[in-house]
Amino acid sequence: MPASRRRRQRVPAALLVPALLGLAFLVLPLAGLLIRAPWATLPQRLAEPHVLAALRLSLLTATLATALCLLLGVPLAWLLARVEFRGRGLVRALVTVPLVLPPVVGGVALLLVFGRRGIVGQWLDQAFGITLPFTTAGVVLAEAFVALPFLVIAVEGALRGADARYEEAAATLGAGRWTTFTHVTLPLVAPGIAAGAVLCWARALGEFGATITFAGNFPGRTQTMPLAVYLALERDVEAAIVLSLILLVVSVTILATLRDRWVGAA
Amino acid sequence: MRLRGTMAVVTAMVLLAGCASNEGDEPAGNGGSAAPGVAGDALTGQLTVFAAASLTESFDRIGQDLQARNPNLFITFNYGGSSGLATQINEGAPADVFAAASPATMKTVVDKGNNAGEPVVFVKNQLVIAVAKGNPKGITGLADLARPDLKVALCAEEVPCGAAAKKALAGVTLTPVTLEQDVKAALAKVKLGEVDAALVYRTDAKAATSDVDGLEFPESAGAINDYPIVVLKDAPNTAAAEGFIKFVQTEGVAVLTDAGFQAP
Repeated sequence: MPASRRRRQRVPAALLVPALLGLAFLVLPLAGLLIRAPWATLPQRLAEPHVLAALRLSLLTATLATALCLLLGVPLAWLLARVEFRGRGLVRALVTVPLVLPPVVGGVALLLVFGRRGIVGQWLDQAFGITLPFTTAGVVLAEAFVALPFLVIAVEGALRGADARYEEAAATLGAGRWTTFTHVTLPLVAPGIAAGAVLCWARALGEFGATITFAGNFPGRTQTMPLAVYLALERDVEAAIVLSLILLVVSVTILATLRDRWVGAA
Repeated sequence: MRLRGTMAVVTAMVLLAGCASNEGDEPAGNGGSAAPGVAGDALTGQLTVFAAASLTESFDRIGQDLQARNPNLFITFNYGGSSGLATQINEGAPADVFAAASPATMKTVVDKGNNAGEPVVFVKNQLVIAVAKGNPKGITGLADLARPDLKVALCAEEVPCGAAAKKALAGVTLTPVTLEQDVKAALAKVKLGEVDAALVYRTDAKAATSDVDGLEFPESAGAINDYPIVVLKDAPNTAAAEGFIKFVQTEGVAVLTDAGFQAP
């Protein structure tokens, strides 16, 4: 078995040393948080109602934002991977804009479009009486804006890596593009979609800049965990560390469970 | 331009090297050849000032004035929310001077013993109601902010402007749409038209007169913010730090009152 022999061979130091340094670089700040955490007062800090409210809101909005990203992002990724059209390279670049845009600027941009005086926001307000800034829906929108590229990139990668012959076979057997998409393509790239959704959820959970700019900060309505951490830092470093730890423990637990169950072999 | 920048960096490095090495030597090494026309006690070297965001415009001007008189002095300002700056100082940021927007924030630095000497209050700031230019919603006073048709932004209680707003609002029940992380963010929401009013400092409203009007209200007298300033214990350049604070309290007063601050 060549695979197992390869696994048993010595790992070259030129790869192992930077790999371990990279791991230490990522994990040490986490250790810093653990060392400075006020363990004695941890239980009473955890029980504070605003902490639970922020955590609940964070989990809810990150999940809704991921759902929104799946709804819009999977078709967008399919379009980029399967349909040839002029300017596809440009569209692909545009999709990554939220990755390079400072999230605070993203928040301002969202205000200019969906705000009370924004191009779309003005119309929403007059026609339906809907205003998005300073609402929980606004938090979902801000998180989805920042997290969507992660999903699109992951799913597009999975689609390009998938064997297109299955789709061609379905087409020759008379399946339309929609039937092919739902019965062949989706099952084929399901692990890629799951991986993208996990990444998207994690990014949405940690979102700060766009959220505080577009949705503001109000406990129970728009104050997610990252916002609570930032404001706690203004008053009490230890409280901020506790909040960060909660966010970390919850997200790492959920991500580890999901990865094993859904992404597994991928 | 590029040459001048490079020279400034080189000079700064030479001065830094000088500072590092003349701990026990004669300190006259780099200050001795003071430019003609400058007083004998010329300030030299690098000076790092951590100051509340609301001081940005004023301290920039004061810094320029001071550097014009002391050609061998290089001032770097780090502006931000006072509480965040206090955290940075307590975690060991290399700063010489700290100017905070509230005594409570200053206290967190003093409590950790990171101050050298007693903080002194050098200005006071007062809240105003910031509204869109021309006051389209016809807001006349604090009580109006409770009107159901108005959206109001306040600062979060954790930051000085929020603490002051809470004091000023004692007796007024009002539900803001957002509690912003600093005073500039609250003001930005008014500028963008997302809220109808926000409680901000008079100085911030004054710095944004092209976009907003600042309405004075009597209750703000009960919530005046004192701004304390102090030399820090681990200041790399104590002499310049003391000189800067003295300058702020003398020549700097005109600049500060011009920006809307009140003398203490």
